[in-house]
Amino acid sequence: MTRLALSLRGLRKAYGNVIAVDGLDLEVRVGECFGFLGPNGAGKTTTIEICEGLNDPDAGEVVVLDRTWARDAADLRMLLGISLQETQLSEKITVEETLTLFRSFYGVRGRPVEEAIASVELGEKRAARVGTLSGGQKQRLALACALVADPELFFLDEPTTGLDPQSRRQLWDLIEGFKRAGRTVILTTHYMDEAERLCDRVAIVDHGKVIALGTPRELIASLGAEHVVEFAMAESGEPRPGEEGLPDAALASLAGVHGVQRENGTVRLRTAHVHQTVPALLQLLQARRVEMSELRTHTATLEDVFVSLTGRHLRDA
Amino acid sequence: MPEMPEWGRSWRLHPLVQLTLVRYREFIREPEAMFWVFIFPILMAAGLGIAFRNKPAEVSKIAVLTTAHQADSVVARLRRDSSVVVQSVTDSGGAENLRTGKVALLVIPRGGDSVEYRYDDTRPEARSARQLVDDVLQRGAGRKNPVGTRETLVREPGSRYIDFLVPGLLGMNLMSSSLWGLGFALVDQRRKKLLKRLLATPMAKTHYLASFLLSRLTLLFMEVLILVGFGVLAFGVPMRGSLLVFATICLLSTLAFGGLGLLVAARPKTVEAASGLMNLVMLPMWVFSGVFFSSSNFPKVAQPFIQALPLTAANNALRANMLEGAGFAAVAPELGILALWLLIAFPIALKIFRWR
Repeated sequence: MTRLALSLRGLRKAYGNVIAVDGLDLEVRVGECFGFLGPNGAGKTTTIEICEGLNDPDAGEVVVLDRTWARDAADLRMLLGISLQETQLSEKITVEETLTLFRSFYGVRGRPVEEAIASVELGEKRAARVGTLSGGQKQRLALACALVADPELFFLDEPTTGLDPQSRRQLWDLIEGFKRAGRTVILTTHYMDEAERLCDRVAIVDHGKVIALGTPRELIASLGAEHVVEFAMAESGEPRPGEEGLPDAALASLAGVHGVQRENGTVRLRTAHVHQTVPALLQLLQARRVEMSELRTHTATLEDVFVSLTGRHLRDA
Repeated sequence: MPEMPEWGRSWRLHPLVQLTLVRYREFIREPEAMFWVFIFPILMAAGLGIAFRNKPAEVSKIAVLTTAHQADSVVARLRRDSSVVVQSVTDSGGAENLRTGKVALLVIPRGGDSVEYRYDDTRPEARSARQLVDDVLQRGAGRKNPVGTRETLVREPGSRYIDFLVPGLLGMNLMSSSLWGLGFALVDQRRKKLLKRLLATPMAKTHYLASFLLSRLTLLFMEVLILVGFGVLAFGVPMRGSLLVFATICLLSTLAFGGLGLLVAARPKTVEAASGLMNLVMLPMWVFSGVFFSSSNFPKVAQPFIQALPLTAANNALRANMLEGAGFAAVAPELGILALWLLIAFPIALKIFRWR
């Protein structure tokens, strides 16, 4: 039996009338990189903060590295490496001073400050005050603060939110390094590309519940189609664009199509075979005298999984 | 780092030392805070000390109307006395100078041995000029004093306004830097979620809070040294009591105000809310606790309340120690009040502290 790094059963948390986490069950194995993917407000941060011992659940059971917060809080704090979503480290303190402070909490356990600085590539900024660092550098410093603990389990809440593409890639390399070192990583993100690239398994979370769980590949495969064809209809077209002009049934019967979805005048077809679906679609549109204004195709992503499950996009959900 | 540190063994890497170092660095790297804590009290002491300094005996400015008979002998007689400055004027100029206050008294010789004094009797300096001039003229004319007198001048440090002020400013400074230093920094760390991040480490909460008090104590030493050093060197403010008693008063005051600071900062999530609370706590003490003038000026009914305030206790104890050389026994009641504030505020602050 593989050891579990995290086990959640029936986790519930409400703030007044707002239910943040609504009966969440989950297991994460040691050595996995696991991602909570979901839009803002889905309950990801509440869930991860309960796992980190920073928030108390209303109901449910949390076991982290075979320990519970009620009994083994002191132990757990030693074993976890954490980066919170919004922490602002003291601006007037230098990189090295910040890490020395964090390092001091872990006693004989933990890694040398030097090593942490090197692994997040902040060697040149060692003596720079935190206030002078860029967003990406600050986020790398936040990871280094987790790194000096030499933790068995990393909890990273939105590690790359608000960063430029280059900084994001740098952080991804870092997190992949944690994985290679055999550490368990649990992260939250609302970027599907981040989840696809980093995570061995992903839980798609919406309204405080896990609505899909599996490897990114499994989740995409669950769509029954690996491609997406998106098109929009020109507004001036006759007959009027919409259900009546182009019924879902007609679209669903096109070659290769597994699913049809509409959103603001855009129609999205999930398909196994783009090369069959597109010609058939063009034919259908011509026969129905519907004018097309846009046509896009892409390989299905976790975003499409989210859209097909909720009818909304991750970003604007 | 020059060599591999021995984590868990070297005292410098102890979390309490590291936390205190960070607090200390945050303070000294903030030039504005340095100004308010170190420079501002000195400017205030200097400004007030100069404004209310004990002035040397004043000279009286008077005028003599020279167009009158025997004016020359009157002027000569008055010029021999150093406490009056004599101006010779003609008729119109004399009236003008008197009206505009350029001279306090106009002397008009009236022939023979008689003179007329013209002055405004509602002006104190005019009345004293009249006494002075009369004295000089009468003695010059041969008056003998029937009562023998001898004068001993007493201008002793310890009874001047600056002597009263410096201990008061010191007490006020201990209060405001403790409250601001602790309260502002704590609430700011809570707002920035830094408190939450630290809570996620194995850091001991007691170490965290203790680091605030410890860094206050380090800074306390400098604050006291600078302000009192300035008072002693620039104004000769006395330090008559034992330094041990003085240090104990400063230490206990800082701890009591530190406890208050923790209490004020225990709940607020924003710096604005905290500043409001801090002003609410400090304002009554600025007014009532005898910083700039004695708290005994307030009515009797208010005295029990005023005496119970920690700043009143701190100021009274500091003054008694510095100016009267009071020992432990004499300041015991004040030390008791300060200790009581610490014992009440600190546990409540810990109990209600918002960590997350």
